[in-house]
Amino acid sequence: MNDKHLSMHRVRKNYRFFTLDDVSLELEPGQIMGFVGPNGAGKSTTLRLAMGMVAPDAGEIRVLGCAMPADQAAAKRDVGFVSAEMRLLPHATIEWHMNFMKAIYPEWDGGYAATLVKRFNLRPEQNARSLSLGEHVKASLLLALARRPRLLILDEPTTGLDPVARHDVLSELLDVLRDERRSILFSSHNTVDVERISDSITFIDRGRIVDSNNKEDFLDRWRRIHLQLPPGSSLPELPNIVGRVTDGQFVTLTTNRFSEGLRALIGPHVREVQRMTLEEIFVANVMHHREARGQ
Amino acid sequence: MLCIHSMYSGINISQTDARPMYLQIMEQIRARIAAGDWPAGKELPSIRALAAALNVSVITIKRAYLDLETEGVIVTRHGKGSFVAEVNGLAGELTEAKLEEHLAEAAALGRQLGLTEDELAVRLRRALKNPDKKS
Repeated sequence: MNDKHLSMHRVRKNYRFFTLDDVSLELEPGQIMGFVGPNGAGKSTTLRLAMGMVAPDAGEIRVLGCAMPADQAAAKRDVGFVSAEMRLLPHATIEWHMNFMKAIYPEWDGGYAATLVKRFNLRPEQNARSLSLGEHVKASLLLALARRPRLLILDEPTTGLDPVARHDVLSELLDVLRDERRSILFSSHNTVDVERISDSITFIDRGRIVDSNNKEDFLDRWRRIHLQLPPGSSLPELPNIVGRVTDGQFVTLTTNRFSEGLRALIGPHVREVQRMTLEEIFVANVMHHREARGQ
Repeated sequence: MLCIHSMYSGINISQTDARPMYLQIMEQIRARIAAGDWPAGKELPSIRALAAALNVSVITIKRAYLDLETEGVIVTRHGKGSFVAEVNGLAGELTEAKLEEHLAEAAALGRQLGLTEDELAVRLRRALKNPDKKS
C-alpha cells in the first residue's frame, strides 16, 4: 500500500516552450516539503499536476492514495490548494467566502476559522477587492486551513508578504504540523523560509528535479573548503567535489558529501571548512547540474 | 495576545549565527539544564510542540533531541516523550566541562604572557579572594 501523502513517479508534461521531465517526488505524512526553484523552473506546473488540474503526458501521480487526475474528486476533499493566481470573488466579503466553504465542506472548522481571523488580523466584513496583497494571501490560506485538509499544497505562499505577515503565515503552517497525520508541500524561492520550516527539500531547475533530500542532510553534507596550495604542491584526486575555484595559491572547493575523510585527504592545506546556507547550496547545486548537462 | 508560546520563547534561533539551527537549540537546552531551570526528570516539550513554538521544522528539533540523547543530557522513552536525564550531577558535569574550558584558556593566556606556573597559581588564588572583581 502506498501511505505517502503525495507521490509522483517519472512524470512528464510537454508544452510548446517548456518540458517538465522525469519528475519524481514523495511526501510523507507529518512532513513539510519545500519546493525550490528559479522562476520558470516548473514549480507551479508540478503543483498543478499534483492537484489534477493538468494531466501528465507520462508517469504516475498519487495524492492521498488516489490516482491523479482520474480520482481527483475523492482526493480533493482532503487537499487544500492555495496559489497566488487564485483570486477571491472581488465583490464578496471574507465572511461570504467562509460561509461558502462551510456549505461545501462538512469538515469546515468554524472555531478554527474564527481563531485564524484574529491571528491574521482580518476583518470578515471586508470585500475581497479592498484587501491588500498580504491580506488576500492570508484570507485564501484561512479558507484552505479551516477545512483542516490532510494535505496542503501551497504555491508561493509567502511571496510578496511583509516580514510580519510572513511570520504569521509560517507560524500557522508549523502549527498544522503539530498533527502528524497532516502534511504540506509548498513552493518558494525564499530559501530562508524554506531552510527554517522544511523537513525535506526538493530543488527543481529547467523542468527537472536537481536534488531532493531531508534538510538536515543537505545542510550537513554541503561544505565549502578553503585551502592554500604552496607552489609546487598539488591535490590528490578528490571524490564528491562539485565546484572548484582557483585564485593563485588559494583554492575553494565545494563538496556535496563532506566527511572528515575528505578533510584528511586534503591534509595540511586546509585553511577553513565552512557550512553553507540553503541558498548557497541551491545555487551551487543548480550550477553543477547545468554544467553536467552541458547547458 | 502575542505570547501564545511564551513557555519556550526564551529559546531563540538567530539567522546571523553561523552555527546550524539544531546546535543553537541544543546549546540553549543545555544551558537551561545546567542552570537548574529544567531539573532532572522534567519532561521536555514534544518535538512537534517545540517545532511549532520556535517556528522551525520538526526534523531540526528531532536532530537536536537525538544529539542531546547521545550526549546523555536527555532520555527519550518510547511513546512517553523526552526527559532531562536523571544522571547524578548532570548540571555539575556541564559546569565541570565549562571550568575545564576556562582553565585551559587561562593556561594558554598565561603562557602567552610568559607567566610561570607559580605566578599563574598566585593569580588564581587572588581571583578566588576577590570573587566580585572581574578583570
